[in-house]
Amino acid sequence: MDFGPYLVFASLEGAVLAATLSLTALGLSLVFGVMRVVNVAHGEFFMLGAVAAWFVSALGGEALGLPAWAGFAAALVLAPAAVGALAWAADRAILARVGYDPERTIVATIGLLYILQQLTLMGYGPEARPVEPPFNARIALPWPEWGADGFAWTWPWGFGTTSYKLFVIVAAAALLMAVWAVLSRSRFGLIMRATQYDRETAQAFGIPVGKVYAWTFALGAALAAAAAVLIVPIQQAHYLMGGDPLLLSFIVVIIGGLGSLRGTVLAALLIGMSDGVISVFFSPTLAKILATLLVALVLVFRPQGLFGAKTA
Amino acid sequence: MLEVSGLDAGYGKVQVLRGVSLSVGAGEILCVMGRNGAGKTTAMKAIMGLVPPTGGSVKIAGEELVGLPPHEIPRRGLGYVPQGRRLFAELTVAENLDIGLMTRNRGAAVRERMLDMFPRLRDRLRQRAGTLSGGEQQMLAMARALCLEPSVLLMDEPTEGLQPSMIALIREAATAMKAAGVAIVLVEQRADAVLSVADRVTFLDNGRVKETVEAQALRDDPALLHAHVGV
Ligand SMILES: Nc1ncnc2c1ncn2[C@@H]1O[C@H](COP(=O)(O)OP(=O)(O)OP(=O)(O)O)[C@@H](O)[C@H]1O
Ligand SMILES: [Mg+2]
Repeated sequence: MDFGPYLVFASLEGAVLAATLSLTALGLSLVFGVMRVVNVAHGEFFMLGAVAAWFVSALGGEALGLPAWAGFAAALVLAPAAVGALAWAADRAILARVGYDPERTIVATIGLLYILQQLTLMGYGPEARPVEPPFNARIALPWPEWGADGFAWTWPWGFGTTSYKLFVIVAAAALLMAVWAVLSRSRFGLIMRATQYDRETAQAFGIPVGKVYAWTFALGAALAAAAAVLIVPIQQAHYLMGGDPLLLSFIVVIIGGLGSLRGTVLAALLIGMSDGVISVFFSPTLAKILATLLVALVLVFRPQGLFGAKTA
Repeated sequence: MLEVSGLDAGYGKVQVLRGVSLSVGAGEILCVMGRNGAGKTTAMKAIMGLVPPTGGSVKIAGEELVGLPPHEIPRRGLGYVPQGRRLFAELTVAENLDIGLMTRNRGAAVRERMLDMFPRLRDRLRQRAGTLSGGEQQMLAMARALCLEPSVLLMDEPTEGLQPSMIALIREAATAMKAAGVAIVLVEQRADAVLSVADRVTFLDNGRVKETVEAQALRDDPALLHAHVGV
């Protein structure tokens, strides 16, 4: 068997990870960039998104008799909205009370992490539950080959992806574009950026910084939840599933440079693709080792991130 | 227009302002002077609610501002030009102006007036504010504050680090605003820069008001000024 088809297959797996990782990491990066809050509970918002997606699609399927695609579509809207609302409340009830003090918010979000995890364990249980993908046709990957009769497409056995995985990539890209448009084109994006660069002066121009923080925290959590809804038909929902996305998001944010949307997406592509390729050819553990090593090197030699501005 | 009386404020447990009182009417320029660390900037921030006052009162057209959330205060018609300009350096010139316009929902007409007043900004609308020259940055800081169509304008050392021609331009802008009926508080260290346009001068020392005098008296008798600022 040729090397080529393997590489295409590995890249597709990597692209699915990169797509959801960009969304999750972007949420973490926005929250840190605007609010200077290191949100240790970010992975739990991801987990809650997956669990909420399971509830919505299960409820839609069993109680209302909705088809799988309708349940999934409902989850894609309702889960991020519910998680965002929860994050909004957590900001008002906890983060605002400790005055967004950097150290105290770390401790507070660690506490939030355990609270959310245990509440999920109590309410949802320790099982991993699947969500049915809205569509899941197998797509065999064609491969160009020069045979005896000249050029032809062949379909090496076993190499394929599913229409759902392609959908994840497209949907994540569309969401990223939407976030980019909001940040750079909308009034709310302008207000967010002004708050990020100078909180005090923003207040002197009528910007309600407290409200901006609450909405930013909600948006960051909703992005993680949206990524989880997309991934849950592939991965299953489990109350401990937040650990990996949190670690990988931190890796992406450090490598990409904080507060840079472009850097976050590029770093997510780098980490996601190399994770996919290395996992297929070697082992997933090696992929994590290399990613962590890269973070250490970036922290030592380029603390502002590979793609970040040099001001930090 | 702006009435400040008995204002106390500080940072944490450190009290900086002790019973500061000052007032400025529509179409009047009040100059606030004092040496480094006298509390001039703190006084401006306390009026804006950015440093929460622990006592006293700030009234604009009779309405009490102490106790309002900080973001509500500019909406009452207070424009603020902070010390060191404090532009949103990563945002473009146009976006900085938009932030000012949003404060009180002003539109394209106000923006046009600002660009007519500071034509150099018009050529640089798409440029990042942080890359403007010092003088251009000061123009933008003033334009951004004037985008509120303020009834009271607070300017904290607008002439800092600028060459004489630029200082003259700021003086002109202040005079134009005064003629339009805006109440102006002008914080300055250098008397020569603005004394010619001031109506009254309040001297701050160690967080207290030492004295408020007519600017004319200082212009007539420079020795008096030296006695106050102690140069
Ligand atoms: N953020 C802060 N935290 C603690 N103390 C502060 C803070 N800002 C200012 N101070 C203190 O308050 C006092 C008054 O400072 P302020 O900036 O108001 O002086 P100023 O009159 O504006 O001086 P300058 O002419 O140098 O601008 C100083 O003693 C200063 O050290
Ligand atoms: Mg000062």
